[in-house]
Amino acid sequence: MAEHYKPTKYKAWELTLEERFQEVYPPFSQRDAVLEANRCLYCHDAPCMVACPTGIDIPTFIRKIATGNVKGSAKTILESNLMGATCARVCPVQVLCEGDCVLHADEKPIAIGRLQRYATDYANEKGIRFFKAGQPNGKKVAVVGGGPAGLSCGGELAKLGFAVTIYEKKVWAGGLSTYGIVVFREPVEVSLAEVKMIEELGVTIRNGIEIGKDLTFEELLAENDAIFVSIGLGNVPEMEIPGEDLDGVHDGLDFVEETKTEALNTIKFGKRVCVVGAGNTAIDCATIARRLGAERVTMIYRRSEAEMPAYHFEYEFALKEGVSFMFLTQPVEILGKDGKVHGVKCVRMDLGQPDASGRRRPVHVPDSEFVVPCDMLIKAIGQVKPEGVISMLTPFGIETEKGYIKVDEHNRTAHSKIFAGGDCIRSHGEASTVMAVQDGKIAAASMAEQLVGVARPLAEAVSKR
Amino acid sequence: MPDLSIDFCGIKSPNPFWLASAPPANSGYQVQKAFEQGWGGAVWKTIGAPVLNVCNRYGTMDYKGSKIIGLNNVELISDRPIELNLKEMAEAKRNFPHHAIVASIMVESKKEAWQEIVKRTEQTGIDGFELNFGCPHGMSERGMGSAMGQVPEYTRMVTEWVMEVATKPVIVKLTPNVTDIVLPARAALLGGASGLSLINTINSVMGVDLDTFELQPNVGGKGGHGGYAGPAVKPIALHLLSAVAADPDILNSRLPISGMGGVETWRDAVEFMLLGATSVQVCTAVMHWGFRIVEDMIEGMSNWMEEKGFETCNDFIGKSLPRVSNFGDFDLGFQSVARINHDKCIQCNLCYIACNDAAHQCIDLKSLQITDEAKERLWPVVREEDCVGCDLCSRVCPVDDCITMVEIDTGRPHITWNELVKSKPEVLEWEEMEAYRETANIHIH
Ligand SMILES: Cc1cc2nc3c(=O)[nH]c(=O)nc-3n(C[C@H](O)[C@H](O)[C@H](O)COP(=O)(O)OP(=O)(O)OC[C@H]3O[C@@H](n4cnc5c(N)ncnc54)[C@H](O)[C@@H]3O)c2cc1C
Ligand SMILES: Cc1cc2nc3c(=O)[nH]c(=O)nc-3n(C[C@H](O)[C@H](O)[C@H](O)COP(=O)(O)O)c2cc1C
Ligand code: SF4
Ligand code: SF4
Ligand code: SF4
Repeated sequence: MAEHYKPTKYKAWELTLEERFQEVYPPFSQRDAVLEANRCLYCHDAPCMVACPTGIDIPTFIRKIATGNVKGSAKTILESNLMGATCARVCPVQVLCEGDCVLHADEKPIAIGRLQRYATDYANEKGIRFFKAGQPNGKKVAVVGGGPAGLSCGGELAKLGFAVTIYEKKVWAGGLSTYGIVVFREPVEVSLAEVKMIEELGVTIRNGIEIGKDLTFEELLAENDAIFVSIGLGNVPEMEIPGEDLDGVHDGLDFVEETKTEALNTIKFGKRVCVVGAGNTAIDCATIARRLGAERVTMIYRRSEAEMPAYHFEYEFALKEGVSFMFLTQPVEILGKDGKVHGVKCVRMDLGQPDASGRRRPVHVPDSEFVVPCDMLIKAIGQVKPEGVISMLTPFGIETEKGYIKVDEHNRTAHSKIFAGGDCIRSHGEASTVMAVQDGKIAAASMAEQLVGVARPLAEAVSKR
Repeated sequence: MPDLSIDFCGIKSPNPFWLASAPPANSGYQVQKAFEQGWGGAVWKTIGAPVLNVCNRYGTMDYKGSKIIGLNNVELISDRPIELNLKEMAEAKRNFPHHAIVASIMVESKKEAWQEIVKRTEQTGIDGFELNFGCPHGMSERGMGSAMGQVPEYTRMVTEWVMEVATKPVIVKLTPNVTDIVLPARAALLGGASGLSLINTINSVMGVDLDTFELQPNVGGKGGHGGYAGPAVKPIALHLLSAVAADPDILNSRLPISGMGGVETWRDAVEFMLLGATSVQVCTAVMHWGFRIVEDMIEGMSNWMEEKGFETCNDFIGKSLPRVSNFGDFDLGFQSVARINHDKCIQCNLCYIACNDAAHQCIDLKSLQITDEAKERLWPVVREEDCVGCDLCSRVCPVDDCITMVEIDTGRPHITWNELVKSKPEVLEWEEMEAYRETANIHIH
């Protein structure tokens, strides 16, 4: 029977381990794509497009799928967003483009993300390249950190004729797209294909070099006309409770990374897993643990459902995956036996007066201690700010804002040759891939304006070609 | 990137995409905006005789959730002052010297009137003329538009009047509302036209309201026929285009043709050009979506040309014309049967019911046991020896490439109808026909 007409198998226990780590949504068949594309109204000044942080011309790329010009569709996407294939998969479309689709009210929004994936995958599978390095302009730029922000900036600069070197401390570039987004939302190959595309634009990527350790910012400044700092954030912070050093306590990001870089059947996981936190990383960790085979996965969060930082669709996904939630619960101690985790002691919380963030502050309920048994505990309570690198940058006059690098609207820092973008500047707003990509574009346009005198709109227009 | 530029009887255009003479080309503002967005040319909204328009000019064919697969209108020619149109033509031409601007004209059937408007309009610097012999409503009742295009003698006469004074190329726009479009096309040729364009809109009544009994479009309680255009008319336009383009007189004259009628995407445009159009004109699609559709038209056509190895439009204009033929010249020995791909089949049984109720009852529903499902549904299977190869099942099948018509050879003689009746005139009697079918291995039950 035709593959795309088969009912989806949704019972996890009927799937193999490999199948459970395939992309959650299967790719659109050509027919799916054309039917969905034809449903789009092709709005003028479309709200979906306004909602896209990188301003992709969504109605145009969708129409091109409908007319059979899939190649042109991919070009329209990548002109605005070089990481279009990643964004198609990881963007929180429900709160961005699809959330603003005019069909929300009467029908259901267009599946913009999946159409974007259809077009970008088509171009990638066919090996189509749309852009060339610009005429060399004699200027050199160093990019520190090869995540979405760094790759986007490097790619846009290469199109404008800059000589760009990206320094990346890890073995592979791609940042969290390569190491941090669970494979059933984005396979590693998709991220690495984007890295390859940037390299083919003439950008040099030097892996395994950590700035601040293997090379200094002084050295980079001496050799380059500008620097783009896109180092992202760090690991998960300490919870600062007893027992964190026990065997079986994991950093959530390391856990996700393992599933992206190791063979799935070699990954250790517990039978009863507790995940502390309720943001995107926590949801990812919990759902991975379930898909690896954990019997019971409980997310522990000190506030209530209404305050959880994860998006609602992520919460629904986790519930569907069989994850249970303990709200208004705070871990106070990790308990161990023979050096290994065997439970987490928690207290119940209540919501008090609103705190600085405007959310009601959780307060302890006296004498409410209880123990949740578990043999694995995953910490997923956010990411630490890149204090190390920031302290190396302060001698150059770089300022901070809430612990993040401070930039102006053009992603310029207080030092004329240093620009920054991505998660490391996200003192407000959601940290997301698409915002990082846009930061890279903004910084590239600023550098072009400053170093070669291309007016900003022109720089943006040229880099569109 | 392939070169999309064209030369249409001396009218140069950066690409073959032109606005048709219609509301999108109504003013200088619109034409210049269209050029900025990539259109290569525009045939200005017809100017000429004084008119008054009505409200509720449009009726549409909406089909199963899709809006405007066909558009009907009772709009007349331009109701803006002629002076204003001429001033804006001159301005647009000045600002876009390398784009094609063609003035569409229509006046009463008087030599002086036609010659006067030609002379006046030429002063604007436009690249050529299109004679509107096609408007099927309002103007025709006044002896203009299709009233001229439907009578070859008038077509020729007016063309000759215009050619006497025009120094710029003149395109004659044909009406589809005729029995044989080749006759007015040849008349235009004899009149000295530099090029042809087709089709104008088709006579139509769009619908009736079941509650009020009013017609659509409804002009204050009354309705009447109007001109039909848009995607629904494309097959008719393609037929008329191919009939004209393949006509030996037209072919030998090398008269270029501007094709239109239902062009909405680059694919449509390619089809018109494969059937002999040098440029394509668009009205309804722009009325529905705006000028912006041209970006995809240009890009889609360029990508297609690159894929096929065509460097210029001339490399493929008319490439399908040699295939335009007639029933009498089709090969009666060409034989095909339907074959169903059960890996793709979703068991909707539409092919079965179509063949059973409306074709030749040669699809069976059979148990095949090809899946591991305990209660497997029956599968459609073609009895190939009985299949007449009509192609209906593959047309109704909702799954792409699931039913294919496979060419087979059972030794039927390769002969055309014309050859057959020439060599065996006796087959025109049923008895002889049946005897012939026996020998030719053709069995119809
Ligand atoms: C688990 C998880 C799930 C997520 N899911 C989503 C999602 O679904 N959708 C979404 O939009 N966003 C998601 N995000 C957020 C998104 O991944 C980030 O916003 C995005 O990757 C930020 O890009 P960046 O380039 O700023 O930083 P990063 O992707 O973090 O890249 C920074 C790079 O810099 C390198 N680096 C750091 N320091 C140095 C140094 N000193 N020298 C050299 N290299 C250095 C790092 O190795 C890394 O490769 C998720 C994040 C996490 C942690
Ligand atoms: C509202 C409307 C007005 C039109 N007015 C004119 C006109 O003034 N002169 C003319 O030659 N054709 C006129 N046409 C016909 C178009 O130029 C064109 O031949 C026809 O619409 C077929 O193309 P389409 O399918 O792209 O719409 C008009 C068509 C429409 C729909
Ligand atoms: S808002 Fe929705 S319907 Fe309109 S262009 Fe965007 S995706 Fe299409
Ligand atoms: S399209 Fe414009 S001019 Fe026509 S009826 Fe609507 S608002 Fe009026
Ligand atoms: S119409 Fe196509 S899909 Fe439906 S039963 Fe027939 S072959 Fe199968």
